[in-house]
Amino acid sequence: MSILTQMSRHGHRLGKPVKRYSAFSIVREALRGHTGWEPAWASPEPRARYDVVIVGAGGHGLATAYYLGKNFGITDTAVLEKGWLGGGNTGRNTTIIRSNYLQDASAAIYEKSRGLYETLSQELNFNIMFSPRGVMMLAQTNHEVRGYRRTAHANALQGVETEFIGPDRVKRICPIISISGPRYPVLGALWQPRGGTARHDAVAWGYARACSAMGIHVIQNCEVNGIRTEGGKVTGVTTTRGSIDCSRLGIVVAGHSGHLAAMAGFRLPIESVALQALVTEPVKPCMDVVVMANTVHGYMSQSDKGELVIGGGADGFNNFTQRGSFQHIEETVRALVETFPIISRLKILRQWGGVVDMTGDRSPIISKTPVERCFVNCGWGTGGFKAIPGSGWAMAELMATGGSSLADGFGLGRFREGRFIDESVAAGVAH
Amino acid sequence: MLTLRCPYCGVLADETELEPGGEAHVRRKASDCGDGEFEAYLFLRENPRGVHFERWRHVNGCGKWFHAARDTVTLEVFGTYPAQTEGPPGEIMETIGARRPGWRWREFS
Repeated sequence: MSILTQMSRHGHRLGKPVKRYSAFSIVREALRGHTGWEPAWASPEPRARYDVVIVGAGGHGLATAYYLGKNFGITDTAVLEKGWLGGGNTGRNTTIIRSNYLQDASAAIYEKSRGLYETLSQELNFNIMFSPRGVMMLAQTNHEVRGYRRTAHANALQGVETEFIGPDRVKRICPIISISGPRYPVLGALWQPRGGTARHDAVAWGYARACSAMGIHVIQNCEVNGIRTEGGKVTGVTTTRGSIDCSRLGIVVAGHSGHLAAMAGFRLPIESVALQALVTEPVKPCMDVVVMANTVHGYMSQSDKGELVIGGGADGFNNFTQRGSFQHIEETVRALVETFPIISRLKILRQWGGVVDMTGDRSPIISKTPVERCFVNCGWGTGGFKAIPGSGWAMAELMATGGSSLADGFGLGRFREGRFIDESVAAGVAH
Repeated sequence: MLTLRCPYCGVLADETELEPGGEAHVRRKASDCGDGEFEAYLFLRENPRGVHFERWRHVNGCGKWFHAARDTVTLEVFGTYPAQTEGPPGEIMETIGARRPGWRWREFS
């Protein structure tokens, strides 16, 4: 047994703990028996009072806390999570990042988000494995061809880099697609070369580590079971780990938003349904882009492990089970096999679901609420992962300053006023 | 898979035979009601973690609309009933009351 291993077994530490991850730190730790690694984030006991409390430590909640600290210097913040970090929809999505939306308000926030993803690994000093491999949305009917051409023109005006490409180019980019399928031939695609994927867990972990380094408390296993108000203002929350006072409250809990809103005494135009995804057994590299086939309701990419990551349609009824209906898997796979004949013999390795929060116009809500100093960030529905950095950026600005150019279009008032941001097509999932 | 018994034709139908139709017992508002009321009618839906009343259509069967009482967390079905009604029938409410003591419908309204 080496002296280094002996010392580490007895809890001795050689030199300072690792604060910054780098190739150098890996080499140094290898030489000193890995004694310098620390937990990536602290797990403190909740204090009795914080300036800001964020409910929900998924990507959106953690990003909100992070940008409150980074952009506005607000670090007296607690992020409360009922389960484990990133165990909700952050760890259940198909990791797709794109910003090819139609409406200006959506393109602005999703493109801001995609742009932040480009340098997020460096910024957080945590490898989120952002891979701008390109996202292709197949047009398989003439209606879709017209729709995606329109989106490409809109994106050009919005400064989002997309283009409409023909079937030959689709085949060159992704040779395993059958473009002459009998029912749904590929007539073209909306191509976003800087879209892609990232490792979803790492996004939550990276933000949590950066928050923790700023002194923000990330508190897991702490379920909020009441919201206290006084004279129409938020004063705090009650949790399974005691009562916590706060001056500002952010509710960032996706499918459970309506439940939290009810605790504060208001309603949200949200219905929660299950959305499923699945992965196949791992195979050798066969596709290096993300492909979405919206006519047949399926989308697919290949993970670094070789599994094909497949997502499909959402349940059409209210469902909080995090598993969803079996027939949607069958529908999704049946449809994809037609476009990707080579996957027909693959076995499905595992399947899971998440509870997603659907709004009437399929756009999110980043808004003040009828309760003063209580803010909500929800309604991301089937496409929240791609929006995490931009959503946190906008929500932080809203909570710190009372307004945000990125968030203003996404207020709760739009349903009353009829200012919808209709993205039922761009959301790209069967609803 | 979710199965519901169609109250019209009596078939115990799989989910693939059925089309979900959203919350049941939503009352249409007149166009001269206030903005808040009309917004609620159009967009605000009950979204409970628990007992929920829903519209379903037996689309690949007899084609008729009916109502179901269901738990959104356990997927337990409390019963189905015809759509020609203003609210859930007494026997459905009794079944729910027996299985979910203390439960109340529409705490907001």
